[in-house]
Amino acid sequence: MSKVGWYRTLVIGGIVALLEALCLAGIIDKITMPAPHIIVRDLWRMIVSGRMNSAIAKTLSNTLLAFVLAMGGGIVTAALLHRARALRDTLDPLFATYYAVPVFAFYPFFIVVFGLGDLPQVLIAFMLGVVAVIVNTLNGLDRVPTVLAKTARILRMSPADTAMRMTLPYASPYILTGIKLAVAYAFIGVIGSEFIMSRGGIGYEISFAYANFDNATMYPLILLILIASVAVNGVLTVWEQRLLARRGMR
Amino acid sequence: MTAQVRLQNVGKTFMTGRPPAPLHAVGPIDFEIRKGEFFAVVGPSGCGKSTLLELIAGLTPATEGTIEFEGTAVKGEAPDGIGVVFQEDASLAWLDVRRNVEFGLRRSSLSATEKDKRVSDALKLVGLSDFASAYPAQLSGGMRQRVCIARTLVMQPRLILLDEPFGALDQQTRLLMGDEVLRLWRETSATVFLITHALDEATMLADRIGVMSARPGRIIDVVETGWPRERDSRIVERPEFGGITARLWHTLRGESMKSIKS
Repeated sequence: MSKVGWYRTLVIGGIVALLEALCLAGIIDKITMPAPHIIVRDLWRMIVSGRMNSAIAKTLSNTLLAFVLAMGGGIVTAALLHRARALRDTLDPLFATYYAVPVFAFYPFFIVVFGLGDLPQVLIAFMLGVVAVIVNTLNGLDRVPTVLAKTARILRMSPADTAMRMTLPYASPYILTGIKLAVAYAFIGVIGSEFIMSRGGIGYEISFAYANFDNATMYPLILLILIASVAVNGVLTVWEQRLLARRGMR
Repeated sequence: MTAQVRLQNVGKTFMTGRPPAPLHAVGPIDFEIRKGEFFAVVGPSGCGKSTLLELIAGLTPATEGTIEFEGTAVKGEAPDGIGVVFQEDASLAWLDVRRNVEFGLRRSSLSATEKDKRVSDALKLVGLSDFASAYPAQLSGGMRQRVCIARTLVMQPRLILLDEPFGALDQQTRLLMGDEVLRLWRETSATVFLITHALDEATMLADRIGVMSARPGRIIDVVETGWPRERDSRIVERPEFGGITARLWHTLRGESMKSIKS
């Protein structure tokens, strides 16, 4: 591990140790928050007992679905928009202001239209992520040097071939930035919607446990979400670093 | 010798600026490139040398006149059998050297063994066999340019267009790359069309040299060097070398001054 890596581990370890000490000393009382080692133990028990399995499966599968849709839809939309200049110019202000609109405001409307199933939650998560993918993919496509476009024409490549084998691969580091955001947004969208109104999922279970002072369920679930999102982000970051290192971009 | 490329009364006018105004970039141009020859074009900066190359490559349509490649009209679409090496780095950063070179063969109907053989041969020809699994970021500028040359060679083009491919390299590397290009030209028996601003480079490499005027670029002189087919960079030691370069400069001097003043 690098020197900075050690520092980071030390900071996180220090915060956890501090929390542990504050909890054990009774400065943070049990009703507010159990000690970190209790949370880890409860999480372990929860996983072994399997009582949260369906909630975890629902949240993770909805998140995955929303992410895949946002990624695929975003990349394809960007590739098409990049070739349709007028349409892109029309939509640019929408993209620029998109994240000023709280997408969650549409959630009740989606429930009215689609019912209280998984679809409204997936839709919210998809809507949060897809524009980040579109904007970052367009940014990458804008940077493709003209000499590569000329090379594609000399090699008599079709527009689809050019996109698949030339421009999108060139833009991949930028697309990956969008993908990382889409993962985070997929988690936020699904779990956030479950908090607001849902019949299951990790967000619903946290909200339910909170209403019932059930710390032995609430805190382990929060920890689980932390672990899941940090793990996914870590994998993507390692992938990104390899990609950039190969291109001499870092 | 038969003509492989024929330009008749070719001109290109761009619409530029705001409000759009016509800019007469090149033309009228009439000349022929003979099959198998090494043809170089020199001209002052901004005279439309690169535009001329793009016209022949089918990357941009001519606004006047006709261009023929092997008897077929070129109309803003790249014809089969033409390869181009550009001045800018066109290596693909996400692929290793071997896959860079193989890139254009992906959709071809050749067998895998035949593709492998062509790629290996091309890598050997440009001296990059030992770097097949390296990525462009790990290579020098000259090596990356050789990757692009190899990628062009595997397509076995009958006409290779070079747009100042060594412009970004230092003088010594350029001389050595010149040797390599001469060797490739002999071994592939393709026609080579080279755009350059360096008079000595044109003199050293070409059978014939077209001299372009200041904008709008026209071919105002064609100089035959008379070199033997077997030659290399040591040709610069020949007494005739200075004479040819001097003749090029004699024609170009006035044109270059025009392009600086405009």
